[in-house]
Amino acid sequence: MTEKFILPFDRITAADHDRVGGKCASLGEMTRHGVAVPPGFAITTEAYAEMLAHQGLHAEIAALLDTLDPDDVVSTERVARNIETRVRSHPMPAHIEQAIRDAYTAMGGDLAVAVRSSATAEDLPDASFAGQQDTYLWVIGADQVVEKVRDCWGSLFTARAIAYRAKAGLGQIEVLMSVAVQKMVNARVAGVAMTLNPTTGDRTKIVIDASWGLGELVVSGVVTPDNFTVEKVLMEVINRKIGDKHLELVGDATAGATIERPVDADRRASACMTDAEVIAVAALAKRLEKQNGCPQDVEWAIDADLPDGENLLALQSRPETVWSQKKTAAKPKASYAVGMAGIVGTLNNPLGSKT
Amino acid sequence: MDAQTPMFPSPYDLQAPKGAEDWRDLYPYYLTFQPQLREKEDAKFWFCDSQHWPNPFRPFDAMTVEFSVKCLGQYNTRHLMVPPANGVDYRIHNGYCYMSPVAVAPELIAGRVPMFMERAGHYFANWDSLIENWHKKVRANIDEMEALQFEKLPDVVPLEWITEGRGLDNTTAIIENYDRAINLLYRTWQYHFEFLNLGYAAYLDFFGFLKGEFPTIPDQAIAKMVQGVDSDLFRPDDEIKKLARLAVSLGVADALRNGAVDDALAAVAATPNGAEWIAAWEAAKDPWFNFTSGNGFYSTDKYWIEHLDIPLGYLRDYIVRIEAGETIERPTAKLIAERDRITEEYAEMLDDEAKAVFEGKLGLARTVFPYVENHNFYIEHWSMGVFWKKMRELSQLLHEEGFWPTPDGMFFLSRQEVRDALFDYGNAWATGGDWIGPHHWPQEIDRRRAILAALATEPPRPALNNPPEVITEPFTIMLWGITSEAIQSWVGTDENSMELTGMAASPGRVEGIARVLRSPDDLHLIQQGEILVTPVTAPSWAPVFGKIAATVTDIGGMMSHAAIVCREYGLPAVTGTGTGSSRIKTGQRLRVDGNAGTVTILD
Repeated sequence: MTEKFILPFDRITAADHDRVGGKCASLGEMTRHGVAVPPGFAITTEAYAEMLAHQGLHAEIAALLDTLDPDDVVSTERVARNIETRVRSHPMPAHIEQAIRDAYTAMGGDLAVAVRSSATAEDLPDASFAGQQDTYLWVIGADQVVEKVRDCWGSLFTARAIAYRAKAGLGQIEVLMSVAVQKMVNARVAGVAMTLNPTTGDRTKIVIDASWGLGELVVSGVVTPDNFTVEKVLMEVINRKIGDKHLELVGDATAGATIERPVDADRRASACMTDAEVIAVAALAKRLEKQNGCPQDVEWAIDADLPDGENLLALQSRPETVWSQKKTAAKPKASYAVGMAGIVGTLNNPLGSKT
Repeated sequence: MDAQTPMFPSPYDLQAPKGAEDWRDLYPYYLTFQPQLREKEDAKFWFCDSQHWPNPFRPFDAMTVEFSVKCLGQYNTRHLMVPPANGVDYRIHNGYCYMSPVAVAPELIAGRVPMFMERAGHYFANWDSLIENWHKKVRANIDEMEALQFEKLPDVVPLEWITEGRGLDNTTAIIENYDRAINLLYRTWQYHFEFLNLGYAAYLDFFGFLKGEFPTIPDQAIAKMVQGVDSDLFRPDDEIKKLARLAVSLGVADALRNGAVDDALAAVAATPNGAEWIAAWEAAKDPWFNFTSGNGFYSTDKYWIEHLDIPLGYLRDYIVRIEAGETIERPTAKLIAERDRITEEYAEMLDDEAKAVFEGKLGLARTVFPYVENHNFYIEHWSMGVFWKKMRELSQLLHEEGFWPTPDGMFFLSRQEVRDALFDYGNAWATGGDWIGPHHWPQEIDRRRAILAALATEPPRPALNNPPEVITEPFTIMLWGITSEAIQSWVGTDENSMELTGMAASPGRVEGIARVLRSPDDLHLIQQGEILVTPVTAPSWAPVFGKIAATVTDIGGMMSHAAIVCREYGLPAVTGTGTGSSRIKTGQRLRVDGNAGTVTILD
């Protein structure tokens, strides 16, 4: 019965996609395929729906939304703040809270976890918008976890999210949210891997951005990461650009939060990964591309606490969108010279046989 | 550099090293730059082929460049009518050979296309049966060459020649057999190119297609898709490995371990299982020990079959490695799986139409490519091995008759001069007078030897005169790997730079200590884990490839034998660095990046 509200990653199947949102579905998918993913669980949309139904919250939000004029920024801000505050202060139904507490405790007591919102398909398909929803790192203790879950739910009603949904003609209160609670990675190095070259669309390359500490600073562009290019088929590192990685985001166990700290001169100017690690990340990304059948954008981390060979973890894998969309648009029709005509063409123009 | 100064020197301005001023005496007139042709010759771009001829050659050995490059040309110019390309013109200057491709006038190219389609098309369409026939022709040539005998002239013509009314003397066979040997070699080199240009053309077509689809695909990835894993070129090394295994399993390894070849073989024969091993050794020798530690183009090449200490040395190394529990065999199943994986993964990135084209071109490239690899064993190793052996026998004969003081004297004569010497030999024998050769050749050979030694003190120039704006000549690119970028890198070489660039010939990135070798005779100096730095390698060096960490060569493209073998042995390689073997010193620490094609001197 708890599976109605809580789904461990290894129990999530494709059929659960709507209940757990894109992020959790991807984590579940990877877990099921044996990809190393930090363990955790999804809090399903049913939990959120049940919370809304609890003590008339749903009606209250609906009433607040009735006062909304989406074209009026000030009004939207006010309504958003009211709803957010309301959601964040709303008592969670006891059985749901207990289910979350139990699931968290089952992970091993006072484990540091990340609490992340996991949008469902109807909502905020755009990656940058997904980023608007909350992510809480290094959360420790069941009380904190419960609070952050509520915060994630509340983040459905930021002014931007409300305005976006209004513009897109999506319902406001009909949109549901799932939340992922996942073991925190103690990242020595982390970053992003794309299974094509994002500047050229070249699918024979895997391009990796990496920096010290957690990957958030890479994603947000706060640091200039190291940039590695790997030839996808031969799996050879063919280019290394060392960035100036002046900051790193690391966990602070006592504060139960992450802190940003400066990186000493030596480390900031030296490669944060060995070639072997670069290849390992590339292999992970390549595997995920194959599994998903299209170019991927993968977030990954190397955990400082895990032994070599087991320390590379996938945090997220989603389809690359920019080039994949372009490609279907208009690839110029090439005409190929085949057979003897090809040979003649090659001899006449030995560096390109395409006509 | 102003507009008047050519990028590379003119041969007319390039003086001979001190002591080599008379080098032109060593080669026929048509191989040297003639003063009256300066304007014409200086208008052409010449690049040095130090890939095949890294050292100044003895007069007799010049035949190897003459026959091979002439026969390359005939197929383009007269057999197949390759639309844009005739043959390659060549000259010798200061002991090195320089090449200049002969283009077809643009207005004539279209007219040659139908003939090329018909002629080359016939070869492609009947490739396998024609290759089978090729093997027969080449084998027949080898057999005939092997049967040639050179015997000293007797005091008296045999009585039976009198009684049967033969009417000929013993000089006839010597002269005829010499001519026959030269003619058989001439045929050998025609056969060599019968398929080679077409093989490269089909490969280049496949190569160009992939470069069009995947502009950044590494050359080596394309090479790996077509590479054979059971090439005859790897057989000699494989045979040695098999013999090493057999020696261990038959318990004859200890008997083999020490001493000269004859002593070791005798010791093996004395063991209970010795006869079985000796039989296997004898079976492997023919033909697989017809394998040179050079490249077949020099009379000084050492062939395993005449220097059994070379294969025995490798065999002993392998025995040690087997006893240490190492796997010495090439992982052929893995190599095939890897080749198929690479092919499949690139194919998957193509759309359906391109994929169909890919399959077609891949199919042809894989049909033709085995020849590109295999021919090397049958021509450069086996045929040339037998040829040099016969010529050494003849040189030895005349040495014993007093024509020259050392057994190798004949190779300081041109092939035409050898004919003269043979006539001299038969002439005085017939007249009853004195040979002139023994009074003429010793000092002349000394003089030539000194000239060659002086020539060898200076390395060749990478090229002569100005290059064309863009290199588009297909054979320059295919056979020599010379592109506009490569030429730029020859000019732009900063002597003080710690980084050398070349071709990323075989992947991998390692650091290690350099061992610079200029001669295969020094191969035994290589220590475990060192990086081999050399002007050019030969396929027969494969047995040391198990020992070294990487290879760096001065010359050679993606498809050079060094590159092929290094990929096969999974050894990082950077080829065509231009000056690696002169700028790097033994003992220096290097980083070799076979993915990027760079070599860095770390200290």
